[in-house]
Amino acid sequence: MTPLAAAHVDTGDTAWLLAATALVLLMTPGLALFYGGMVRTKSVLNMLMMSFVSIALVTVVWLAAGYSLAFGDDAFGGLIGDLGHAGMAGLGPDSVQGTVPTLLFATFQLTFAIITAALISGAIADRAKFAAWLVFVPVWALLVYVPVTHWVWGSGGWIVSRLGALDFAGGLPVEITSGASGLALCLVLGPRLGFKKDAMRPHNLPMVVLGAGLLWFGWFGFNAGSALGANGLAAAVFLNTLAAGCTGLLGWLFVEQKRDGHPTTLGAASGAVAGLVAITPSCGSVSLLGALVVGLAAGAVCSYAVGWKFRLNYDDSLDVVGVHLVGGVIGTLLIGVFAVDTMTGGTEGLLYGGGLTQLGRQLVAVAVVAAYAFGVTYGIGTVLDRTLGFRADEDQEYTGLDLTVHAETAYDHGVLGHGAPVGHSVLPSAQKVKPPE
Amino acid sequence: MKLITAIVKPYRLDEVKTALQELGIHGLTVTEASGYGRQRGHTEVYRGAEYQVDLVPKVRIEVVVEDAESDAVIDAIVRAAHTGKIGDGKVWAVPVETVVRVRTGERGPDAL
Repeated sequence: MTPLAAAHVDTGDTAWLLAATALVLLMTPGLALFYGGMVRTKSVLNMLMMSFVSIALVTVVWLAAGYSLAFGDDAFGGLIGDLGHAGMAGLGPDSVQGTVPTLLFATFQLTFAIITAALISGAIADRAKFAAWLVFVPVWALLVYVPVTHWVWGSGGWIVSRLGALDFAGGLPVEITSGASGLALCLVLGPRLGFKKDAMRPHNLPMVVLGAGLLWFGWFGFNAGSALGANGLAAAVFLNTLAAGCTGLLGWLFVEQKRDGHPTTLGAASGAVAGLVAITPSCGSVSLLGALVVGLAAGAVCSYAVGWKFRLNYDDSLDVVGVHLVGGVIGTLLIGVFAVDTMTGGTEGLLYGGGLTQLGRQLVAVAVVAAYAFGVTYGIGTVLDRTLGFRADEDQEYTGLDLTVHAETAYDHGVLGHGAPVGHSVLPSAQKVKPPE
Repeated sequence: MKLITAIVKPYRLDEVKTALQELGIHGLTVTEASGYGRQRGHTEVYRGAEYQVDLVPKVRIEVVVEDAESDAVIDAIVRAAHTGKIGDGKVWAVPVETVVRVRTGERGPDAL
């Protein structure tokens, strides 16, 4: 993501970024389905809602202050932007960022912030108090997502401008922050009741596959849109994105076949996502060969990483750590190996004669961002848990959050629910008329 | 009268229905059921985590017949549901005190 100095709008670039922004926004409902299919029937709606409300919550804080703090002029040592554009002040239809309207650039970036917050919800599935989540998301977006984004893509941000690490589409701000934050939050909340004891099978795998498909579709906007132009780099990134998703899928299935004896549907969906996660930071700096290896490595390694929670006793319910943190680290580090100057315009990785320098920079960026996201999220989570309470009540959790929090159930199965429902009568208040006295 | 209850493999349901129709039994109730006996469950794998599923899906067939027909019906169900493999199920009969047809109010064997 290189901000250009030219001050006129390119219509081709703008058209592509408009489309890409819509694609990235679609990823969040896609993620909701991906996660929703993996939880049990009793809390699928809650899972969908945690993603869906993030769209609204993050949008409000982004427009109020988030965009300015992330992409405004550097206010302090490459750590945070200023509040010059708070409330989108000073930005109108004529404002230009690179070759696209600034308002479009800001909206494109907003869709990244939305899905990053939504990603965390997978680590605390089935047991979070919804009211606490509503507070957590905006606070987290401002205290974790916004600073890290400034470090990486903001003007004068220290990771890219000073350290010289590379991150094309968000391995650091999106994948590693969401993964490390998910780990922190699932430690604050503790495991689901019955973790490691009860079977917590995904209730709807077709929904998971649909969600993975929508994520993959949207990911083209996420990665190729990050070229911020309709050009050859966008095309190369697009192809790298497809390639890594494919080798991620194959890598995961290969391990499953060898280890468990079955290639699973959930494994295919997870492997594709793991490959896409890993190519996110690296799509704009690695060769096609690099992309194939990055995807394969992520698919294979993540298929093991999702099992760590059972050994180490943290209930990262839907594997935000195993897929996003681990996949994000793999992709961000492998830039230091597979970076080619035809993509980066200079920087080369270990494999192309660049030595260990770039790998070292990537390692520092990964370590600092992971530690920052983990630490701050642990703090936010603990404060919310001590004040509002972040963990749902025991009976809410046993009954399911759909019924106890949202007063809904996802499915109406069986003869007792068909046509004229048995056991469901319309309450007077729902008829909008008071019964005669 | 006897209530005959059969727990059988779901895919044998059609054979059991046909066998009962051939005996002139018109009317039965089928429920989806789960359970286990000597047949053990199966394992499922999700992201490498293995789950033991103990309860095996079965169908529960219930039919009320006159005492004289009871043995023939039981034999017919057993023949139709038989595969010879573990998990074929069970059939049992218990006495029924009375039966009423809701539409007409007929009682006893007339209501069957």
